[in-house]
Amino acid sequence: MTERIVILGGGIFGPATGKSELLGVLLEDGRISAVAKDIVVDGAREIDAKGLIVAPGFVDLHTHLREPGLEYKEDIASGTRAAARGGFTTVCAMPNTEPAMDNASIVEHVRREADARAAVRVLPIGAVSKGRKGTDLAEMGDLAAAGCVAFSDDGAPVYDATLMRRALEYANGLGLAIIDHCEDPSLAHDAVMHEGWVSTRLGLRGAPSAAEGAAVARDIALAEATGAHVHIAHVSTRGAIEAIRAGKARGVRVTAEVTPHHLTLTDELVAFGAHGGWDLMYDTNAKVNPPLRSADDVEACVAGLADGTIDCIATDHAPHAVIEKLCEFDDAAFGISGLETAFGLCMRLVHEQKISLETLIERLTIGPVRALGLDRFAPGIGTLDVGAPADFVLLDPDAEWVVDAASFASKGKNTPIDGVALKGAVVATYVGGVRVDRAEVLVG
Amino acid sequence: MTTETRADVVPAPFAAPSTDDGGWQRRHLLDLDDFTVEELDLVMRTTDTMKEVLSREVPRVPALRGTTIFTLFYENSTRTRSSFELAGKILGADVINISASGSSVSKGESLVDTVKTLQAVGADVLIMRHNRSGGPYLAARTGQCSVVNAGDGTHAHPTQALLDLYTMRGALGDVRGRKVVIVGDLLHSRVARSNAWALTTMGAEVVVCAPPTLVPARLGEALEGHLPRVRVETDLDKAVVDADVVMALRIQNERMQGGYVPGVREYSRLYQVNGERVARAKPGALVMHPGPMNEGVEISHEVAHGLQSRVEEQVTNGVAVRMAVLWLLTRNSTKAAKAAAKGAL
Ligand SMILES: [Zn+2]
Repeated sequence: MTERIVILGGGIFGPATGKSELLGVLLEDGRISAVAKDIVVDGAREIDAKGLIVAPGFVDLHTHLREPGLEYKEDIASGTRAAARGGFTTVCAMPNTEPAMDNASIVEHVRREADARAAVRVLPIGAVSKGRKGTDLAEMGDLAAAGCVAFSDDGAPVYDATLMRRALEYANGLGLAIIDHCEDPSLAHDAVMHEGWVSTRLGLRGAPSAAEGAAVARDIALAEATGAHVHIAHVSTRGAIEAIRAGKARGVRVTAEVTPHHLTLTDELVAFGAHGGWDLMYDTNAKVNPPLRSADDVEACVAGLADGTIDCIATDHAPHAVIEKLCEFDDAAFGISGLETAFGLCMRLVHEQKISLETLIERLTIGPVRALGLDRFAPGIGTLDVGAPADFVLLDPDAEWVVDAASFASKGKNTPIDGVALKGAVVATYVGGVRVDRAEVLVG
Repeated sequence: MTTETRADVVPAPFAAPSTDDGGWQRRHLLDLDDFTVEELDLVMRTTDTMKEVLSREVPRVPALRGTTIFTLFYENSTRTRSSFELAGKILGADVINISASGSSVSKGESLVDTVKTLQAVGADVLIMRHNRSGGPYLAARTGQCSVVNAGDGTHAHPTQALLDLYTMRGALGDVRGRKVVIVGDLLHSRVARSNAWALTTMGAEVVVCAPPTLVPARLGEALEGHLPRVRVETDLDKAVVDADVVMALRIQNERMQGGYVPGVREYSRLYQVNGERVARAKPGALVMHPGPMNEGVEISHEVAHGLQSRVEEQVTNGVAVRMAVLWLLTRNSTKAAKAAAKGAL
């Protein structure tokens, strides 16, 4: 029997078409069947979205689900529950697992586990090199056949330039992009934060912005030379953004993502904590790679996101166990558990009128889908088009809430903004017409 | 009130420093970056008192009787540890030394667990040397005991800077308007950082000097409140002109190997504090070094042991300054003070 759901009274964002207006949405059997004024269907279940915004579910190109092998940090069930709570209905799983997702059998395992236990859609990303060691290409053809949507050695850059060139060429033959964590390790050697006045004051080893800029410039040169598609993960510096802007202007196939934290937080958090005091000096929860940068870099990230140089927002959700952060700064793991705070944090930019709500939603939905061509793998995601899967979120842009890491669905409670008040909340998340952010509901 | 109460319990150990303590509320000494002029003055005055104690025939006072001090050193430093140990013992505290080797620390016990354990066995004060910047901050957040930073990574070494300030004041009267040149590996020096904060707070003109590769990011820029207001000069011959104090920092061998400078020979040619350079400073300018010295590298043998050298005095003052710090941090919170407070009720 066909299940019908009508969403009434919400402001509808269809970023794919660029429209935002008050419409009703009709869902039938997990797909969107109509978007129109005055939808009246007998026997349909109604979702009251008065005062809320109805938008496509968010798509995250950069999620560390940690499974297999690192389930003490996160697993597919907990990570995708965190995604659902954050409004994400599709996440791309990074391959820096144990063992790495560098062969088809591990990808198949992850897909099977996701089918059984995930709250949202999971699209796997395969490794670039065997064991992510940066020496030999992984079996990309097999990985693609197993359903990988891109390749990345994220967690580490593809350091060897010739390997990167070959990877770009090979992946291009498969119609897929290489996602690179851009950092020249010979420049960022042993760094634990951004190089600036904060690193000077705290006596911590800093990574210069040039370590990212140099790597991005190399990747753009290689993408230009090969005609292949490179996607720059988590850009964080003005120099990198300018290089991407120039590359795009020349027609190079380069796309880029930025994280919510690089759009809103600076390296001062390492010194002062999010509450502006000295209690959290050396806050290991603010240790992340790429590091939180200067206010100037943050400004460049926001401008790049606004003008489209940066295609999308991706969380780089990197959950860790408590003991991996409850230690000396130098010894702490890099990463922020970011799925559940992404929307609220990014809404700061909207409330500060730095970007429009339309742009923000676009960069969280169709932006990432277009960047990697994900509609080839999951047609219609990131849109509210008729025929698309009924993956959508109800948003309250003005709801105020306080981040409470202890209540995260993610196993990773590692956030530098615990206790911080945010304005803008995800009210409900639906995948295939099923609500997934609250109950223990499974997709499929 | 507390000071008076203590005097009843502890037989007048020494002429207690002025009770005008500038609102001293600190339980920890982690860095000097947020110290006020009044606080630094109080430490200096308290050090005067401790110097008097040290000059006695039997330099012992029971001011910290009943206080348990642990020194926890993740890096070897015989001189700093013994200076603290002596300071504690002169004041009558029980001092227990723990080093990272030969304890559970070396078996991979976390800093947090170690601090909790030491607290459970009754530590009132934890004096901590750590090879990681910020280690003492984590310790201070973890426990209830007072934490004294005895040097953390490449961050801070507050008692060294306090004893340097004390030594300078002893010779110069006041450091306000005085020119202090600090030369050496600024990038990795916790001594330079803490000295820069203390000296600039007290109104000294601080010029720091190093090869450009060893100058940390943005130091010397106008970043009021963020970094100490120092001037960077990479030419030592220019930097030392008219200096009141020339302080050389230890250059570690690993910096030579790390590619920061081409080698020892060139480094000492360009950055050694030697007689010729000291002659460009003010007549009688003080020569200082936090030790241990690489004589012939960052400082010449003649200058290190010359008339203008204050290196030995620095060591003596180190004990007095550490006594002052231990007293100030614990006088309101030690067992003796708590017992006294209870008795007063
Ligand atoms: Zn990365």
